[in-house]
Amino acid sequence: MSDSVLAPADEAELAASVAAAAAAGTPLAIEGAGTKRGLLRPVQAARTLSLRGLSGITLYKPQELILSARAGTPLPEIEAALAEHGQHLIAEPPSLTALFGTEGPPTLGGLVATNLSGPRRISGGAMRDHVMGIRAVNGKGEVFRSGGRVLKNVTGLDLCKLLTGAHGTLGVLTEITLKVLPGPEATGTVAVAVADLAQGVQVLSAGLGSPYGVSAAALLPAGGGGLAGMQAVLRLEDFAESVAYRGARLRAELAGFGAVQWLEGAASRALWDAVREAAPLGAEPGEAVWRVSVAPGEGPGVVAAAGCPKALLDWGGGLVWLAGPATEARHAAVMAAAAAAGGSFTLFRAPEALRAAVAVLPAEPPALAAIGARVKAVMDPAGILNPGRMRAGL
Amino acid sequence: MIRLPDPKPEVLARREAILAGLRAILPEGGVISEPLRLKPYETDGLSAYRQPPLAVVLPTSTEEVAAVLRLCQAEGVRVVPRGAGTSLSGGALPLADAVVIGLMRMNRILEVDYANRLAVVEAGVTNLGITNHVSADGFFYAPDPSSQLACMIGGNVGMNSGGAHCLKYGVTANNLLGVKLVTMAGEVVEIGGRHLDAAGYDWLGLITGSEGQLGIVTEVTVRILRSPEGQRAMLAAFRGTEIAGQAVDAIIGSGIIPVALEFMDRPCIHACEAFAHAGYPLDAEAMLIIEVEGSVAEQDMLLGKLKEICNRFDPISLKVAQTAEESLAIWKGRKGAFGAVGRISPDYLCMDGTIPTGELPFVLKRIGEMSAQYGLQVANVFHAGDGNLHPLIMFDANDPASFHKAESFGADILKLCVEVGGCLTGEHGVGVEKRDLMGVQFTEAELAQQRAIKSAFDPAWLLNPAKVFPLDGNPALQRAA
Ligand SMILES: Cc1cc2nc3c(=O)[nH]c(=O)nc-3n(C[C@H](O)[C@H](O)[C@H](O)COP(=O)(O)OP(=O)(O)OC[C@H]3O[C@@H](n4cnc5c(N)ncnc54)[C@H](O)[C@@H]3O)c2cc1C
Repeated sequence: MSDSVLAPADEAELAASVAAAAAAGTPLAIEGAGTKRGLLRPVQAARTLSLRGLSGITLYKPQELILSARAGTPLPEIEAALAEHGQHLIAEPPSLTALFGTEGPPTLGGLVATNLSGPRRISGGAMRDHVMGIRAVNGKGEVFRSGGRVLKNVTGLDLCKLLTGAHGTLGVLTEITLKVLPGPEATGTVAVAVADLAQGVQVLSAGLGSPYGVSAAALLPAGGGGLAGMQAVLRLEDFAESVAYRGARLRAELAGFGAVQWLEGAASRALWDAVREAAPLGAEPGEAVWRVSVAPGEGPGVVAAAGCPKALLDWGGGLVWLAGPATEARHAAVMAAAAAAGGSFTLFRAPEALRAAVAVLPAEPPALAAIGARVKAVMDPAGILNPGRMRAGL
Repeated sequence: MIRLPDPKPEVLARREAILAGLRAILPEGGVISEPLRLKPYETDGLSAYRQPPLAVVLPTSTEEVAAVLRLCQAEGVRVVPRGAGTSLSGGALPLADAVVIGLMRMNRILEVDYANRLAVVEAGVTNLGITNHVSADGFFYAPDPSSQLACMIGGNVGMNSGGAHCLKYGVTANNLLGVKLVTMAGEVVEIGGRHLDAAGYDWLGLITGSEGQLGIVTEVTVRILRSPEGQRAMLAAFRGTEIAGQAVDAIIGSGIIPVALEFMDRPCIHACEAFAHAGYPLDAEAMLIIEVEGSVAEQDMLLGKLKEICNRFDPISLKVAQTAEESLAIWKGRKGAFGAVGRISPDYLCMDGTIPTGELPFVLKRIGEMSAQYGLQVANVFHAGDGNLHPLIMFDANDPASFHKAESFGADILKLCVEVGGCLTGEHGVGVEKRDLMGVQFTEAELAQQRAIKSAFDPAWLLNPAKVFPLDGNPALQRAA
C-alpha cells in the first residue's frame, strides 16, 4: 500500500481520518476490497480510505435471524458462518469479480454500499431490505447509528436505506447488521424452451403469478447455463417435499409454452450462480455492461431499443443486463431505451474514459436533485466522500 | 397532555384569509372550518391527546394537494397529513395553527397490472381495499396491519406499517415500487416507479416511515403477490413464557419460517377468551399461534414438523386446525385482542417496542414487576418471530392520575426495550407519543443529523413539525413555550 492509502484499524481511527480529511479538504476514495472500483464513475481522490482493517463478525444470533459484521469483513467469512447454521444472505448478493476482472472477495460494506442483489431479489427483497442497522461515519468524521439489531424498527428516519446504495457518498459504513434466513433444504429449476424474449417474459410472468412461490425467474440467451436455445428458467427453494410438489405443478402449468426440463440440486445451483454473476451475458473484456431496471414486461422492448446483441434478463424480465460496444452512442441508446420504458439504468462497467464522460445513472427531476444536494451537504459538507462517484460534481 | 409548539400568532390572525385561499383551491365541501365539524379530526388512534386544527382540507387530486402546500408554504402555515387517523402514536394529531390535509377523498385504484404484479393506487385507498380489489384474481397486497379495514396506504407509507404476516412478507417498505410525493414547496416528484431498485439515492426507503415529515404522498405503486394455495394455523400453549420462548427459538432454528408466529401472555389469553370464546387454554402462561402456507399436503408436512417441535416443550395444549374454519377460530381471539382488552378496560395504551427475541422472558418478567409497582394491568401480544412487542396498558381515562401513571409505565417499558438492545417502535411510529424518548435511543448528534435531513426537504419545518423529534432541538420551533 502506498502513502496515499489510509487504513485505520478501528472505527475511532477511521472517524479521526475522515475528520482530518474534511478539515484539509482532501477527497477520499472509500474502498473495501476494491472489487467494484470499475463501477459507476471514476473517483478523483488524493487518498484512498480502506476499510480492510475493520473486519470480523461482531454478533450472530441464528435464532434471532440477525448478523452484525464490520464493513471490511470478506463475504466468504460471513457466508461460512451462516452456513454453519444452515442460514444464508437473503438477497443472494453477487460478487461480480469475474465481470469486473478483479481479485475477490468483496467485503460486506461494499455490497451494502452498492445495494447489489442477486436473483432472489424478486422474492426475498434487495440488500437494502435486510439492512436492519448501521454504524457509519459521516463526512464530518462523526460516528452515527441508524436502525439497530432487531428485525422491526421504525424509530427515526431510515438512514440504513439512505446509505445502502449510496456508494459511500453520504457516509462510510463501519458496521452493518443484516437480517438473515434459513437456507432452503432443496432447490429445483424449471427450464422452458422459448422462441423469443417476449414469450420468455410471458413464461416468467405466468410462473411468478402462480401460487408456487417461485424464488427466481430469468431468461437465458441460447447456450446460457449450458442449456440449448433460449430458456426461461424458474427456481423453487423450499423443503424437499415442497420443491418436488411445486416443481411438478409448475412444469404442468408451463408445459404449454414449450419443451420443459427439470434441473435439481447441484445443476440448479450452478445455473443460478451463473445468473447471479451475469455470466450468461457473455460480456467480452472490452465491452461496456449496463444494468437496466424496468417493469418486467418492458424488458424485451429495452433489449430491442438499446440495440445490444447481448442480453440477459433476470428478476422476471425486469433486470436487463446488456453488453455492447463501449461508445457514447451505444450508451445514449441504452439511456433512451430505459427512459422510454419508464425505468432506471446504470452504466455498470466501462473503460474509464466513457464512465467519466457520460451520466452513469439517470438524472433526477430538478426538485429531487435539489433536495439530494442539500442532503449531501448535511452528510458530507466538505464533499470529500467518493466525490464524483455517482454524478459529476457531487 | 403532551407539549405542542405555540401556535404562530400571525397565522391565527390571518385565519380568514387563509381559509379563503384554501376555498379557492378546493372543490365545494373541500374545506372544513366549523368547530363542530373539526371534532372528528382533533385526535387519532391515540385518543388521549386532542387538539382541533385551524382547518381540514380534503383534496381530490395531486394538483390540489400541491396548490394547498404552495399556499401553506407562502403563508408559513403548518400542515399535518392524515390518512384514516388510526395512528397509535399520535402521528396525525393536529396543531391549533395547522391545516390538516386529509387524503380520504383520493381513494381511487388507478391501475392493476397482473403481468407485472403491481397496482397503482391513490393514497386514500385503504390497505384492505387493495387486497379486496385483486383477491378475486388470486392476488393480495402483503402487509396486513390489524387496522387494515380502515387504515390507508398513504398512512401505511407514513408509518412503514407492519402486520401479522410480515415475518414472511416484510413490512410496507419491502412491498413498494414507487410513490408520487408533493414537497412542502408544492413540487410533484415521482420517486421509484414500476421497477425495482431505481439507481441513485433510495428516496423511497427514506420517505417510507418518515411520518409525513418529508412530503405528502398522493399515489403509491405497490407490489401485489399471488396468494398461496392455502393456509392453516395451529395453537400451542405452554406452562411458562420462557418455555414458549424456547419453542420459538427451536422453530426458527429448524429452518421453518412460518408466515405468522404470534405470542400471547396469560392476561391476554384470558381477555381474548372471555371476548371471543376461541377455546384458548386458560391455564397456560403463554400461547403461540403459528400459521403456515401451501397446498394441504404441504400444510400437513409443516404443521407436523411444528407439532413435533412444540411437543418437545411439554405443551399444555396443542391444537392443529383441520379446516379453514378451525383456523379462523384460532385467529379469532388474537384478531380481537385489542377489542378484548378494551372490554376489560375501556382505556388502554398500546405500546410497540421491539426486543431481541431472546430477551422476551426477561422483558415480560420486568413488565410484570412494573405492572405491580404502577398498579396497572397489562396484557402482552408479541410478534414472536421478529421481536415486536405490544404491551396493552389498561388505565382509567376519567382519572388523570391513572393516565399519567400509564404514560410513565409505557415509557419505562420502551426504555427497557432499548436497554436490552431493541428500539422504541417496531411499527407504530414515534409520533408525539415517543417523541420525548428519542434521546434514549439516539445521541444529540444523531438527532441533529436526522433533523437536518428533514430540513433538506422542509426548510421551514411546516410538515408535521411537532412529531418524532423532541421540540427543544427543532430549528423552527424555538418559540415553543
Ligand atoms: C386497532 C388498531 C390496530 C392497529 N394495528 C396495527 C398493526 O398491526 N401494524 C401496524 O403497523 N400498525 C397498526 N396500527 C396503527 C395504524 O393503523 C398504522 O400506523 C396505519 O398505517 C395508519 O394509517 P392511517 O391511514 O390511519 O394514517 P394516519 O393515522 O392518518 O397517519 C399516520 C401518519 O402518516 C402520516 N400520513 C398519513 N397519510 C399521509 C400521506 N398521504 N402522505 C404523507 N404522510 C401521511 C400522518 O401525518 C401520520 O404521521 C393499528 C391501529 C389501530 C387503531
